[in-house]
Amino acid sequence: MNSKEILYNYCLRLGDDALILGQRLSELCSKGPILEEDLAQTNIALDMIGRAQALFNYASEINGGKNTADDIAYRRPEFQYRNHLLVEQPNEDFAHVIARQLYISAFEVLFYGSLENSKDSILASIASKTIKEIKYHLQHASDWTVRLGDGTPESTFKMQRAINNLWMYTGELFEMDSIDDQLLKSGIGVDKSPLIEKWRKQIQATLSEATLTMPEEMFMQSGGKQGVHTEHMGHLLSEMQYLQRAYPDAKW
Amino acid sequence: MVNKIISINEIKKIIGAIPDPEIPVISINELGILREVEFDNDECLITITPTYTACPAMQFIEEEIKDRLGEIGINNVKVKLTYSPAWTTDWINENTKQKLKNYGIAAPLHSSCNKVFQKNVMMNCPHCNSTTTELISRFGSTACKALYKCNTCKEPFEYFKCH
Repeated sequence: MNSKEILYNYCLRLGDDALILGQRLSELCSKGPILEEDLAQTNIALDMIGRAQALFNYASEINGGKNTADDIAYRRPEFQYRNHLLVEQPNEDFAHVIARQLYISAFEVLFYGSLENSKDSILASIASKTIKEIKYHLQHASDWTVRLGDGTPESTFKMQRAINNLWMYTGELFEMDSIDDQLLKSGIGVDKSPLIEKWRKQIQATLSEATLTMPEEMFMQSGGKQGVHTEHMGHLLSEMQYLQRAYPDAKW
Repeated sequence: MVNKIISINEIKKIIGAIPDPEIPVISINELGILREVEFDNDECLITITPTYTACPAMQFIEEEIKDRLGEIGINNVKVKLTYSPAWTTDWINENTKQKLKNYGIAAPLHSSCNKVFQKNVMMNCPHCNSTTTELISRFGSTACKALYKCNTCKEPFEYFKCH
């Protein structure tokens, strides 16, 4: 890969995380457990889709306009999506929605905080824009983790279950591969290895306050960044891409 | 040739007055969305910034800018979106905050907007000025607002979040 292709792929990875989680959260529209949460989850979804749009517009520019941001979002087959497995995991119950958000937002605060110093001025400006929103998401997810964790026996049980179930998808967030390494060398990308300790501390603090237990060391599943997804991804895409597949080039 | 006669300041005045589509009592200039007006030869280049990354009003604002400039004979217009410097409620001045309050929206409280706003902050009700108010939801009808209710006059109201 030349340097343009590497940067293009980096934008897809970041954009795909935002797009796929945005789609997952959109599924809660009109189905939130309470009206205020319906608003909250779809507000977060909107932030995510806005971030995806910014990153895909940049990717399209890098690619010389060969494909538009919409092409990138809606016209790729499953194995070309580069998101982490964590964000494609289904909503299951509200505890899973919150645990997923807690894990990813705690990671994103650190990641985008570091990307703000990128030598690529566009990535840096997107990072400084989006990080304000991410801090808000993390606050929301942390509040709910504590409220449910330190709640009734049933809410404690469900919150702990969700924390445990999604744990195996958190290792992938910190993996570095050749794309990460090359962009780190050129001062554009983020070094994720030092982030893991800070992330664990943050999660540990929230779980302690929520009277929950930090999951034990276990096998960590990865593959999303290489396009190898869990079985949930295809179902998500079939809904997300339906319109562009059934009516190609449909416009609002 | 019309654009040679109209100054940049006049253009700023004309398009700066465009009302925000979500909160029509304040303009895009007062909100800090309009960043820059320049000329590149005959092309009029307008730079705007979104309040939140996914602000759905941006396209509407872009069209409105082109319409208003078209009315004064400037048709070669390019509207550019920038994310840097990131928009902040620090750019909203006291006069504009008063307008928000009169409209029924509690204005952003403090100016250090890098902090996430806390639940226990005392918020005055924009309707009756009571301080016994309570947060209903961190997220409101648009990305920039949170939902509160007043325990004195019992009215719900929105708070323009510090950002």
